[in-house]
Amino acid sequence: MTVNGEYVARAVEARLLLVHFLRDELGLTGTHWGCDTSNCGSCVVLMDDEPVKSCTVLAAMASGHDIRTVESLEVDGVLDPVQRGFMECHGLQCGFCTPGIMMTARALLDANPAPTDHEIREAISGQICRCTGYASIVRSVQWAGAFERGESG
Amino acid sequence: MQVPAPIEYERATSIDHALGLLERLGEESRVIAGGHSLLPMMKLRLANPEYLVDLGDLHDELGYITHERTGRNDGQSAGVVRIGALTRHRELLESELLAELFPIFRDAESVIADPPVRNRGTLGGALCQADPSEDLSSVCTTLGASCVIRSRRGERVVSMEEFHRGPYETAVGQAEILTEVRIPVRRGGSSAYAKVDRRAGDWAVVAAGAAIWLTGADDGSTISDARVGLAAVGPNTTGIPEISEALRGRRPDEDAIDLAAEIAARSCSPVTDARGSADYKRHLAGELTRRTLRVAAARAAGRAVPDGVLRWR
Repeated sequence: MTVNGEYVARAVEARLLLVHFLRDELGLTGTHWGCDTSNCGSCVVLMDDEPVKSCTVLAAMASGHDIRTVESLEVDGVLDPVQRGFMECHGLQCGFCTPGIMMTARALLDANPAPTDHEIREAISGQICRCTGYASIVRSVQWAGAFERGESG
Repeated sequence: MQVPAPIEYERATSIDHALGLLERLGEESRVIAGGHSLLPMMKLRLANPEYLVDLGDLHDELGYITHERTGRNDGQSAGVVRIGALTRHRELLESELLAELFPIFRDAESVIADPPVRNRGTLGGALCQADPSEDLSSVCTTLGASCVIRSRRGERVVSMEEFHRGPYETAVGQAEILTEVRIPVRRGGSSAYAKVDRRAGDWAVVAAGAAIWLTGADDGSTISDARVGLAAVGPNTTGIPEISEALRGRRPDEDAIDLAAEIAARSCSPVTDARGSADYKRHLAGELTRRTLRVAAARAAGRAVPDGVLRWR
């Protein structure tokens, strides 16, 4: 599979989940491992540009696909607008849900550069912020969208 | 830490390849599509297959939604919609064709799980899981769908009533694969779905789907057929034939809708659990039947339905 633009090949147990493959085999611990039950969304990564819960995908099922994790957002020291939005608008509190929600936000803005608050809430509805800081998360994503549209920053 | 037990894994390159693997590997083999029903069951050791046959690469072949106008194209029938079994929830949600012909799909899909789950989970996977709280079994039964089941010996087509045998049990045999769902398109009809859940993405406390077909002009129209299916209120509620019998030939008025609601409430067998008491769920079964029938009838008559009328939160 391709992970963050780089081709990787490993022989792994068939039962290995994608989240553990990313964290334990590749050392990409930015993707968090939360509830194990496809409820919390901490483990969301992009699979062929779509958010998926990596605790509910076998690594073997992702073979041949394109995976992007939170580590791909920053390029050469330049933060992605989504990351900047989370800094500007206090989108992270404890930070546990942040990598997954930022990946969902990235996919949302790629598909819909000017989402409404409702569309943002719908997009992240499969992800739980245990600090319940949803209002600032929505503001952060709006900040990133506005920045990318050249309306702020 | 929840992980599946050790398994062997093979990726199917064609439907025939998958069927051959299932036949050769026998009872301990299962197909996996999106994996969003089977993997959680495997983590909990409620499912313990030794071999997984991954159908993921067949999405191009079995992920489609088409409307065929061929066949009996008389006054009532307007062809058939075919949906490939690997069509994902998101594709069902976003399909303009389904939204036009069977709005029940968009109503239901917008409240099935959450966006990342809908990116992976499939129609075939949901129907084959046959969870009593799952929504698409009720949706497909309500629409009078049939299921195409393929084996090495050929194809057979069964109605949803034959397909869905009960909780976690379907007509699909060990060396068979559900490949397609077919839904007849009948003129003068529409549909709706509503669900009460505790929080976004949760399983239903109760959900109901309704479809109705009308004949005659708006002020003198009668119900030529009506179907209601419930989820999460017992083992055999994906269709309630008594409602169809009671409503055929009646005017689509509040009396008819009240009668359907009363039948739905008494025909289900909810249990008290963390999601609510049996009494509350029985009340919801009636009320959601009333609301979905009302919306389906309005849509069938071409009347505008206020946005969000089926959403309770």
